[in-house]
Amino acid sequence: MHTLSVQTQSTAITEPRWVRYTLISITLIFLSLFLLIPLISVFTEGLRGGINKYFAAMVEPDAIAAIQLTLITAAIAVPLNLVFGVAAAWAIAKFEFTGKSLLITLIDLPFAVSPVISGLIFVLLFGLQGVFGEWLAASDIKLIFAVPGIVLATIFVTFPFVARELIPLLQSQGNDEEEAALVLGATGWQTFWHVTLPNIKWGLLYGVILCNARAMGEFGAVSVVSGHIRGLTNTMPLHVEILYNEYNFIAAFAVASLLAILALITLALKTFVEWRVQTQVLINDPDVAS
Amino acid sequence: MFKPFFSSRWIVLSCLFSSFAAYADVSLLNVSYDPTRELYQAYNPAFIAHWQKKTGETLKLQQSHGGSGKQARSVIDGLQADVVTLALAYDIDAIADKAGLLPKDWQSRFPYNSTPYTSTIVFLVRKGNPKQIKDWDDLIKPGVSVITPNPKTSGGARWNYLAAWGYAQLKTGSADKAREFVSKLFKNVPILDSGARGATTTFVQRGIGDVLIAWENEAFLALQEFGKDRFEIITPSRSILAEPPVAVVEKVAKAHNTLAVSQAYIEYLYSTEGQTIAAQNFYRPRAEIVAAKFANKFPKLELFTINQLFVDWRTAQKTHFDDQGVFDQIYLSTQK
Amino acid sequence: MLLRLKQHSVLPGFHLALGYTIFYLSLIVLIPLSMVFFKTSTMGWERFWTVVTEPRVMASYRITFGAALIAAMINAFFGLLVAWVLERYQFFGKRFIDALVDLPFALPTAVAGIALASIYSSNGWIGQYLEPLGIKVAFTPLGIIVALTFIGLPFVVRTVQPVLQDLERELEEAAASLGATRWQTFKCVIFPSIFPPLLTGFALAFARGLGEYGSVVFIAGNMPMISEITPLLIITKLEQYDYAGATAIAVVMLVVSFILLFLINLLQWWTGKRCR
Repeated sequence: MHTLSVQTQSTAITEPRWVRYTLISITLIFLSLFLLIPLISVFTEGLRGGINKYFAAMVEPDAIAAIQLTLITAAIAVPLNLVFGVAAAWAIAKFEFTGKSLLITLIDLPFAVSPVISGLIFVLLFGLQGVFGEWLAASDIKLIFAVPGIVLATIFVTFPFVARELIPLLQSQGNDEEEAALVLGATGWQTFWHVTLPNIKWGLLYGVILCNARAMGEFGAVSVVSGHIRGLTNTMPLHVEILYNEYNFIAAFAVASLLAILALITLALKTFVEWRVQTQVLINDPDVAS
Repeated sequence: MFKPFFSSRWIVLSCLFSSFAAYADVSLLNVSYDPTRELYQAYNPAFIAHWQKKTGETLKLQQSHGGSGKQARSVIDGLQADVVTLALAYDIDAIADKAGLLPKDWQSRFPYNSTPYTSTIVFLVRKGNPKQIKDWDDLIKPGVSVITPNPKTSGGARWNYLAAWGYAQLKTGSADKAREFVSKLFKNVPILDSGARGATTTFVQRGIGDVLIAWENEAFLALQEFGKDRFEIITPSRSILAEPPVAVVEKVAKAHNTLAVSQAYIEYLYSTEGQTIAAQNFYRPRAEIVAAKFANKFPKLELFTINQLFVDWRTAQKTHFDDQGVFDQIYLSTQK
Repeated sequence: MLLRLKQHSVLPGFHLALGYTIFYLSLIVLIPLSMVFFKTSTMGWERFWTVVTEPRVMASYRITFGAALIAAMINAFFGLLVAWVLERYQFFGKRFIDALVDLPFALPTAVAGIALASIYSSNGWIGQYLEPLGIKVAFTPLGIIVALTFIGLPFVVRTVQPVLQDLERELEEAAASLGATRWQTFKCVIFPSIFPPLLTGFALAFARGLGEYGSVVFIAGNMPMISEITPLLIITKLEQYDYAGATAIAVVMLVVSFILLFLINLLQWWTGKRCR
């Protein structure tokens, strides 16, 4: 709806044309240098041996196992962090309490922890020489160098994404709407589902997209807890590393480009949802369109 | 909270992986370092066939590759390796010392200090050898740019460093001169990659440096992968006998009931077939018959061993590569 | 208890939400992270101090914090610009650009490092034009900044973007009708409300840059004292099976970044309070 109204608006709330074009140009140059060219280079490297080799790299059994593992990991990590993110944002943005900044900082912490350490802490905890090592070995539970360890490390690394996305958003919106709903007799859950959630859906979606992208792309932490067993505990980023170390550059970049494509797909989904919501608004609320 | 949380996940996972286990009676995990990928890719099928013929058992072999030290740490921390085949004895020593997964005298369990194949340290230069590099002395000349990985993070780089040191010490007869030689050498190093394969890529793909110090097997492989028309191998007059050791991780193998097959896996490396595969993958074989067959493939040079000059790996590591060791001192002084 | 409600609110769910937050936070983050402190405590205070103040380690702090700070500032500026352009203007290829922003998260850091190193090395696509100008990016400290800028960009864009999206245009219209110039409107109406998320984005990009390893090792050159980052030294310690030494350096990084993040969060809370 914004896009529609922008075109009809006067220059009062937008910038002169030259300012707009300058800003757009600077943005495009910056993004080209830092993002677009690296992306293109990944694809050109992957496609260097022709399209057949490019696809051959992806249907190879080890690659398929890696793709499966990556998707499973993301499918477990993202929902868990989503639920946490919403709960944390609700508590932090909607209420005033002492120790709030401390709590936010603790939530931020996984960003600041070097991926090397994020993996190491789980090794120190669950590894054979770790705190629970003997107990786990005795009861024959394998966490580290198996899939659970990979999932744990991924959850840790992507922990803050959703919460961090929602907190500033919820804060900027204030409590008025929820309070009104409660005064009008809605229950807490109803208020959340029908008032809060619609307001934060974009932030939520961004959070999920980022969390998912990072969950699929995480390399350092997962590398420490994976054990690198071919076909068993290699995620896609680890598989890329293996291929690269085998001087199989074409396949390495082909699989890497697949990760980029997976991220672009989530973005396309976002755009699709956005578009659906927009058309719905237009149908339900013809005033906006006019 | 913890237990049901994981056990439910285990059901999902075991369903996933049951498909893998279905067609193999026994499975074996070989945890190895980076440059052996091609070797074990060729060796594993040969051993599976050999074992099948001998016992009728179908074997599934799993491979894990990575930096030697990192792989050893993974085994210490619980990676279920039946067999380890690493870059240096120090890393297997660490598994024995820190986790007690194998006996401390593991190196006496198999012939030749438990190293079925050896290698040495050579130079890879660009085609035509534009800087006329013939021997170690040419590496410390001003204007020669040398690529070698960081000895603090790469096992291969430690062999490189000790080879240079050993050459200088044997030539001059003094450890002080050797130290001076190595400091001069590292003054010519513009980039320290974290691993051996990273250094090869820097040299080959990025076009940086005049000479790459590398394992002989890696240099041969680089030649094969990137073209004999672009690079050539220079073998110095004298270098170190690099001995990448192998061992059965006895405690793990016992728990898996794979002790016999793990033992056989390593013994087969010493057989004519195993030695031939090693030689085909550019490792110098131990068995004389095989060595004679591949004699023209591996240039002759004077080789010294680590025990000859540096006592053993534990001592070499402590003196040269641990924090405050000689390598650190060299760097702190060259920066000033 | 530290976390106590300051003022009564009619909204429900505080205890449930906060309780769950703290439970999950402890389980996933605090307990595992406490291992770093636990392991470090096995070495004495004196040894800890020697390990974390070695000249090589000190040099790496300077490089790591310096590069992360510069990269985060670059990202704060350009990130805001990107978010603004994506939210406010129409142009060809906008959707694609929008999608592109998340690339640094999706690409494994090692791939990013390799790609950047090959582009910015002296025979690379961009590096070959910079080389004659005397600018060397790959295998110098400048390379670290490039890698960290790449890694941190989405943080700023994606925290500012939703807030910008939610901003009520009516306020701007009101400001304009009251005679404010466009720049005044931006400075006095728009900027104050996007400042908190901008600060968040800056903090996150900075924090992420401090710990980054995978992409940096490929482009930094890793020369001791010059382009060696702190996470690499942690790896170096681990290579010597010195777990305590590794965690000791990790503790220093953790404490420093905790303090920095805490200060930024306080600042944000304070500015947030002022504008209400």
